[in-house]
Amino acid sequence: MAVQNKKLNLKDKYQYLTRDMGWEPTYQKKKDIFPDEDFEGIKITDWSQWEDPFRLTMDSYWKYQAEKEKKLYAIFDAFAQNNGHQNISDARYVNALKLFLTGVSPLEHAAFQGYAKTGRQFSGAGARVACQMQAIDELRHSQTQQHAMSHYNKHFNGLHDAAHMHDRVWFLSVPKSFFDDARTAGPFEFLTAISFSFEYVLTNLLFVPFMSGAAYNGDMATVTFGFSAQSDEARHMTLGLEVIKFILEQHEDNVPIVQRWIDKWFWRGFRLLSLVSMMMDYMLPNKVMSWSEAWEVYYEQNGGALFKDLERYGIRPPKYQDVANDAKHHLSHQLWTTFYQYSQATNFHTWIPEKEEMDWMSEKYPDTFDKYYRPRYEHLAKEAAAGRRFYNNTLPQLCQVCQVPTLFTEMGAPTKLSHRQLKYEGERYHFCSEACCEIFEHEPEKYIQAWLPVHQIYQGNCEGADVETVVQKYYHINIGEDNFEYLGSPDHKRWLSIKGVKPADEDKNAA
Amino acid sequence: MSQLVFIVFQDNDDSRYLAEAVMDDNPHAEMQHQPAMIRIQAEKRLVMNRETMEEKLGRDWDVQEMLINVISIGGNVDEDDDHFILEWK
Ligand SMILES: [Fe+2]
Ligand SMILES: [Fe+2]
Ligand SMILES: [Zn+2]
Repeated sequence: MAVQNKKLNLKDKYQYLTRDMGWEPTYQKKKDIFPDEDFEGIKITDWSQWEDPFRLTMDSYWKYQAEKEKKLYAIFDAFAQNNGHQNISDARYVNALKLFLTGVSPLEHAAFQGYAKTGRQFSGAGARVACQMQAIDELRHSQTQQHAMSHYNKHFNGLHDAAHMHDRVWFLSVPKSFFDDARTAGPFEFLTAISFSFEYVLTNLLFVPFMSGAAYNGDMATVTFGFSAQSDEARHMTLGLEVIKFILEQHEDNVPIVQRWIDKWFWRGFRLLSLVSMMMDYMLPNKVMSWSEAWEVYYEQNGGALFKDLERYGIRPPKYQDVANDAKHHLSHQLWTTFYQYSQATNFHTWIPEKEEMDWMSEKYPDTFDKYYRPRYEHLAKEAAAGRRFYNNTLPQLCQVCQVPTLFTEMGAPTKLSHRQLKYEGERYHFCSEACCEIFEHEPEKYIQAWLPVHQIYQGNCEGADVETVVQKYYHINIGEDNFEYLGSPDHKRWLSIKGVKPADEDKNAA
Repeated sequence: MSQLVFIVFQDNDDSRYLAEAVMDDNPHAEMQHQPAMIRIQAEKRLVMNRETMEEKLGRDWDVQEMLINVISIGGNVDEDDDHFILEWK
């Protein structure tokens, strides 16, 4: 009798992959093999309910990933061979890449480690397979981003030691501590934090409008790695949504736990993305979309639809979303004016926006820009013109949880600084907001251990007590090359010579 | 309240067919062009059919091929051999 060689359909293939990868242990206790599966209080009654809607099997995974890589590297080669960096809109743009390489790419690597570790913690084979594939994706993101930006490293400053900087530089502790916080949580909190709150709810804001902006500024290499990474992200986001639904469907006791995680990780992610708000509004010389517009589309609209869908599980929108929605009118401006003051201690340059850019901001932020922020830039511009370019020499007060300097204002009161403090076991702790304070109160033992860069400098743990020593020796930021104002910087001069414009001071030297 | 699902493609040759197929199969959808990307959104539901794509391309097409060109999605995913659906129920 002839054996019928039936081609398996997607559902069958996925079933085989995830069913045959799981078995009941016989000579070890399940509890010993998966020791971290229940300490968070999450109850899983039936792992077989786990569904990955993409049902990707290893053979198709490798096939499609290989194709993505081929396309990506063909573009990197073309970009390098054609000196693509000469065709960007303006060299100020490269500063967004410096922030990306030191702040975001190391998070991709942290995500790789996080998923590799977390995948090991689940007794369900479907969840293990999904985490394993995602771990490989994230490693790819970290690597392709470094490859793409290595071309810029040949021509611009500040890109030479990203991994080292990520571990040490004051503002990079914001992204670093975000991911460390997630990775040191239990496996279900990690997935809620990264797969759901971060990837599903928030990363669109970085990888979609910002990357589209990179294209609009002539950077084909970056938009290509961005979109190539994001094509994996479509899977990760789907996983994020499925994870939440799976956990919520398993047991009603899971609902309040998950709600607390959503509240926490929405806020942690929102604070982290304040860096992106500034990249979009200030660091893209050709503007595509303002931060507030992106927030409206990718959070208010899409997040609104999502949380409406989750209502049936008893989940409500994140507790502090109103504060985040209100902040869309202020965020990028408050961030940029802060970084402007601390450019002596960053691996990228800052500048005062040009007149057309300020007009664009007045148009995009009609209720806030002219009233609160334009006057600051006019003042700073006057100071700079008088030879007193402003640098703030007082180290900022950092929030114990998100580690952003306490620079934000209260909801509905844009001239009132938002600050909370409390005492825990005799020590006083400071916070940027009610939300961060609340996160601390729930897990004080975790957050009292935070490595706060400013405290570390004052405690003498950063190779010196003065800013110059810390910046040069401890951060590996080259003084006079990587840091300070953009105008007149070596990057600026290099750009002028690429464009065939003679910088003013070279004229003087020639004379 | 309106509940939009969406899909974003890289703006390239493959995606032009994808976008066309999606627009044919979803008359209620709206297409937006932004630098380097095509974004399609629709109230509640978007479906992509293998059959429509195969007609457009004049060749066999595997639903999972779209993974190469998709940048982002919003909505619950339901995928099998014949279609890819995004929806809020
Ligand atoms: Fe990633
Ligand atoms: Fe991801
Ligand atoms: Zn905070």
